[in-house]
Amino acid sequence: MAFITATWNPLGEAFYRKSELYEMCWSIRDGLRDSLVAAAPYGGPIALLREPHRRSPSSRPQLEIYSASGVSITSFPWKSGPVVQLGWTVSDELLCVQEDGSVLIYDLFGSFKRHFSMGQEVVQNQVLEAKVFHSPYGTGVAIVTGSFRFTLATNIDDLKLRRLPEVPGLQGKPSCWVVLTQDRQTKVLLSTGPELYILDNTSCTAVCPPGLSPQAGSVVHMSVSFSYKYLALFTDTGHLWTGSSHLQEKLSEVDTKKSTPPKQMVWCRRPKSQQPSVVLMWDKLLMVAGVCNDTIQFPIEDPCVLVGELDGVRIISSTNQELLQEVPLVCQDIFKIASMAPGALLLEAHREYEKSSQKADEYLREIKEQSMLGEAVRQCVEAAGHEYDTNTQKSLLRAASFGKCFLTDFSPDPFVSTCRELRVLNAVRESSVGLPLTHTQFKQMTLQVLIDRLVYRQFYPLAIEICRYLKIPDYQGVSRVLKHWASCKVQQKDLSDEAIARAVCVKVGDSPGVSYSHIAAKAYECGRTELAIKLLDFEARSGEQVPLLLKMKRSQLALSKAVESGDTDLVYTVVTYLKNEMNRGDFFMTLRNQPVALSLYRQFCKLQEQETLKDLYNQDDDHQELANYYVTASYREKRLESRLSLLQSAVDEYNKAKNEFAAKATEDEMRLLRFQRKLDDEKGAGLLGLSLQATMEALLALGLHKQAEQLYRDFRVPDKRYWWLKLKSLAEKEEWEELEKFSKSKKSPIGYLAFVEVCMKCNNKYEAKKYVSKVTPEQKVKAHLAISDLEGAADAAIERKNESEMGVVLSRCSVSDRLLIDRLNRARASAAKK
Amino acid sequence: MAAHLSYGRVNLNILREAARKELREFLDKCAGSKAIVWDEYLTGPFGMIAQYSLLKEHEVEKMFTLKSGRLPSADVKNIIFFVRPRLELMDIIAENVFSEDKMHSSRDFHILFVPRRSMLCEQRLKEQGVLGSFINIDEYILDLIPYDGDLLSMEYESAFRECYLENDQTSLYHTAKGLMTLQALYGTIPQIYGKGECARHVANMMLRMKREFAGSQNQILPVFDTLLLLDRNVDLLTPLATQLTYEGLIDEIYGINNGYVKLPPEKFAQKKQGEASKDLPTEPKKLQLNSAEELYAEIRDKNFNAVGAALSKKAKIISAAFEERHNAKTVGEIKQFVSQLPHMQAARSSLANHTSIAELIKDITTSEAFFDNLTVEQEFMTGVDTDKVNTYIEDSIAQKDPLIKILRLVCMQSVCNNGLKQKVFDYYKREILQTYGYEHMLTLNNLEKAGLLKPQTSSRNNYPTIRKTLKLWMEDANEQNPNDISYVYSGYAPLSIRLTQVLARPGWRSIEEVLKMLPGPHFEERQQLPAGLHKKRQQGENRTTLVFFLGGVSYAEIAALRFLSQMEDSGMEYIIATTKLMNGTTWIKSLMDRPESQTP
Repeated sequence: MAFITATWNPLGEAFYRKSELYEMCWSIRDGLRDSLVAAAPYGGPIALLREPHRRSPSSRPQLEIYSASGVSITSFPWKSGPVVQLGWTVSDELLCVQEDGSVLIYDLFGSFKRHFSMGQEVVQNQVLEAKVFHSPYGTGVAIVTGSFRFTLATNIDDLKLRRLPEVPGLQGKPSCWVVLTQDRQTKVLLSTGPELYILDNTSCTAVCPPGLSPQAGSVVHMSVSFSYKYLALFTDTGHLWTGSSHLQEKLSEVDTKKSTPPKQMVWCRRPKSQQPSVVLMWDKLLMVAGVCNDTIQFPIEDPCVLVGELDGVRIISSTNQELLQEVPLVCQDIFKIASMAPGALLLEAHREYEKSSQKADEYLREIKEQSMLGEAVRQCVEAAGHEYDTNTQKSLLRAASFGKCFLTDFSPDPFVSTCRELRVLNAVRESSVGLPLTHTQFKQMTLQVLIDRLVYRQFYPLAIEICRYLKIPDYQGVSRVLKHWASCKVQQKDLSDEAIARAVCVKVGDSPGVSYSHIAAKAYECGRTELAIKLLDFEARSGEQVPLLLKMKRSQLALSKAVESGDTDLVYTVVTYLKNEMNRGDFFMTLRNQPVALSLYRQFCKLQEQETLKDLYNQDDDHQELANYYVTASYREKRLESRLSLLQSAVDEYNKAKNEFAAKATEDEMRLLRFQRKLDDEKGAGLLGLSLQATMEALLALGLHKQAEQLYRDFRVPDKRYWWLKLKSLAEKEEWEELEKFSKSKKSPIGYLAFVEVCMKCNNKYEAKKYVSKVTPEQKVKAHLAISDLEGAADAAIERKNESEMGVVLSRCSVSDRLLIDRLNRARASAAKK
Repeated sequence: MAAHLSYGRVNLNILREAARKELREFLDKCAGSKAIVWDEYLTGPFGMIAQYSLLKEHEVEKMFTLKSGRLPSADVKNIIFFVRPRLELMDIIAENVFSEDKMHSSRDFHILFVPRRSMLCEQRLKEQGVLGSFINIDEYILDLIPYDGDLLSMEYESAFRECYLENDQTSLYHTAKGLMTLQALYGTIPQIYGKGECARHVANMMLRMKREFAGSQNQILPVFDTLLLLDRNVDLLTPLATQLTYEGLIDEIYGINNGYVKLPPEKFAQKKQGEASKDLPTEPKKLQLNSAEELYAEIRDKNFNAVGAALSKKAKIISAAFEERHNAKTVGEIKQFVSQLPHMQAARSSLANHTSIAELIKDITTSEAFFDNLTVEQEFMTGVDTDKVNTYIEDSIAQKDPLIKILRLVCMQSVCNNGLKQKVFDYYKREILQTYGYEHMLTLNNLEKAGLLKPQTSSRNNYPTIRKTLKLWMEDANEQNPNDISYVYSGYAPLSIRLTQVLARPGWRSIEEVLKMLPGPHFEERQQLPAGLHKKRQQGENRTTLVFFLGGVSYAEIAALRFLSQMEDSGMEYIIATTKLMNGTTWIKSLMDRPESQTP
């Protein structure tokens, strides 16, 4: 711990350190010699193809996939054509670019996913070299063919091949090339030896790196930085030029004094780099060439592979793996020998405190005097994040925690989150998991992606632990992991449906947000229909079950699930589906067992298929509805005969439904229609379709009293209504004599006040008066008032000794009716006395 | 502009804003100028969410009504159909699209389904061969629309009919979805009570949906303490009765549609001084009615008999305020007076409007016909002679009064008598068929199916027991200064609201017997709240209940609930939600079936 700076090497004003990540778990006989190796950034997996050029069928090359710590994930003999290049996609899929231009995609576990071709032209000319690259659009592949032409695919998930223009005068393999992503364009920078060219979609442009010494020679190796911002060129005279990848600025030019081109050359930078550098590797030497022209040299014994990362370079050898990186500024501040930075003092203070030494106070005081305690804590927390060694992390965090005690309003958030994140990082860095992520990389890749990667590698328990530990909402956390676990579980061929369903149910339970239908769909994809159905049973969202059930041809089940969901549109969907799938009889039977679906289908038929509606009612022996159906249908008929025959059907059905009233009413209607037709024919009365009342009205208006009378009797119209009708009709026609005769024909069932009022409505006070005397005593007052006979009304009221009636009369009196008012008041007073 | 939505206990503006946001997002999806083709039914409810100005800001330049044939020409890039998911509308859209393609080809088509897209409709568009012509097919989830600070409606006209006649529970699904949206914005409602089959169904769906969305639990402090779901068929009586509150009467007589009423113009003629305007306006006067208008908020829930006094009091206050100007001596005082002028003038014109409306209504309420009708209603409600043929109904049929009036009365008698004696039942039906025509057979059949009009099956009439236990009839209803909800019907306390009132105190356990007599199950459910969201109630803080009427609610019922909210000792605030704002007339109308006759 005290010698933390022992592994530091100065480079310019900064330091570089090389720390061991793993002792590799693998045991590779011949080391990495003679193998194609691809290691994904962000601590991704390593793919290894031994002796790729061996072609004899008896001994095929072996393709091996390891975790970053060298734990074997899978291994299988390579049976396809010769491979030119291996590479990993952003989603950890392995790309194998073959000589014939086809690209095979495998997942992490060596299962073949799919393949695509880099174009027809390649088949003859073959791929000379290929590169897999990452850009904001995804993972791309670039190749150069035997005819020295470049072809690009920017995103293999949305394959669009682009054949780049010819390079003038290129007669052989370019001596080196890289893919650049600039200004949302993917380009190729290549060197033909003396010349450098930029190739884009349409043109090939010769370029010249600014400030490259004329004696530097031709470019034989090049490398672009992780962010595509910087470029390094190595010339055949051993000069290393660095600058912006736009080729507009030069950073430096270093003479490496090496005449052979390096085997690998990788940028080593970090965000906010003080001293970026390029790492070059030869057979026995690793050289870090800083932009400051300073270099560090490390001897190497074994062939290695360099993996460029966001914040350093991983060096993988057959025995171990190291991380080479620029020491972050904050770590330099704290650990630099004799540093007086607040963080360094705080760390020292805490160390003294643990020794129970009063020096702790002196250190603290010193920091506090400069009001730098907050800064000191911040530095310790930040530095802890950058340290790989857990003991170092701990002592820094303890120091921070110690310092925090002396601060009043210091937000604990960064401290807490760093502690948590480090715990997670330490867990995934474990050799058994093998994700050697730095804190910076972790922040860049995000927690979500980290969990995805763990899930993809099937570290389900760890993923769940992390989700729980970091309190990620179930939806994005535990549930998501469980979903993947279950989808994977259903593919296990050695377990019975029953066992899998049970296992899934036990683990997943009703974890929110896990879609059983999704899991079931996976099971169905693997051909396990029964398992899928079992799993669907656990699905809470009925709506989700339906599409899959339909797909699996479990339409009855789909229907009941749709009904359960309450979503009527979904029910309709299934019903429509069933209608097309089944014969009519079965379809109806199915509906019959699902009343909700049946009602909905009826609704549909009402609007769209009237005939089907009838069949449905028929099937159910629903005579009432069937009768109603005929009634509705009868109104659509233009001809009376067809209308009557439909009504007759309605009568029959009403009878079957034991609805006597409706049957009778319908028969009446038929009788009425026949009657109306007859009179229309005879007298042109225009009666058809009128109600009985309206018919009688019309008849009376036409003076056809006899016919009206006949209807009144035939249809047993209540006296009251008929009297009203006749009264109004006669009054309207002003047949006063007829009216009087009618009033005397028998005792009026509607009383005589009606006569008074109707006459008054026709403004015939004279006629109205005739009936006042016949009005019952209770209505006398009203009758007199109706004809505005106040005196009469008053007499009647007084005679009946009815106070409230007297009141009504009084309210109608005006001031001029002095005498009357007095009389009424007197009568009222005497009535009140009693 | 919709400030009145945020005055209440629950800020319903949040809901409106959420709806507006979604609308804007959809409109922006269709880049460029646009024309909207409206399913006419939607314009009213949409007006509650967004005025034309919002649409205009998002480049809506033209609006048309959806009708068959060719679309009117408009120089716009996008044509957007705003429609309900109905098959018949799809056919019209298909026709529109077809006739369009021949003329232009550069206009883009979009469909916005309200409130939900439907596979059935999309299938129909596919069959018609136009599905591919649409660039966007989207849904605009507009279930609950805020109509006032304490009032939400789905304006789903056919909900009652679909649920009780057609066994189609689409509206209930939308209800459950709407309540989920509400809970997403206002927090999980911890307690759910309900009465009736539909209520049970909605609660079941809500609980199921909650399970489906578990994990995405929202962390909002619950605004509502309780949800009460009530089936309309638990209380069939109330909407049949004539509403006697001011707002209720406006609705009964003129009909309030999406917050607007159209009134006969005569009373609203502008009387300008010195100018004898002889020609009266012929266009009906359209007024918006909501709590944004101070005076209206004050009087709308009063019994109409108390409105006159309130108006004259208001008149005095306003004229006194105008008199103030004589007292304004200093420049400062005058300035202050002037600054209040706009508000005072608005108050004055509001007063003038409502005075006119009150006069219009008074002409009707003082008529003998109105009085007779009301007398019969009250007789039925108090259980007088409900088992005999009623003379007034008989006479009204003979006079050929409007059929709906007859149906309202007959249904009321049936409900109050727990079904009519077979003889009485048949007599009424025959009278109706003979007088208004045989075609009403289907309507009668529907009313029977809905339980509004039925023959007596058991000799026992439950209604008197219910009336007595729940105190549905209050002899001494105080119309001026009410102390009980019965004031809204001048004596009759709406059953639905009594149930609500009893639930709050002393609880439904006290009326188990009555609840059993009413149709459908009653139930209570609890929804688990995430830890830390349990409300810490302040001393004396009111609880908030959302009362959801499945199948419609009348303005008088709303008034009664508002009255309960305002009662000092009730301890409860009510927010009202419904599938449809309705009255007896619109309700019965929705249940009528009238076959179109082909006979010439």
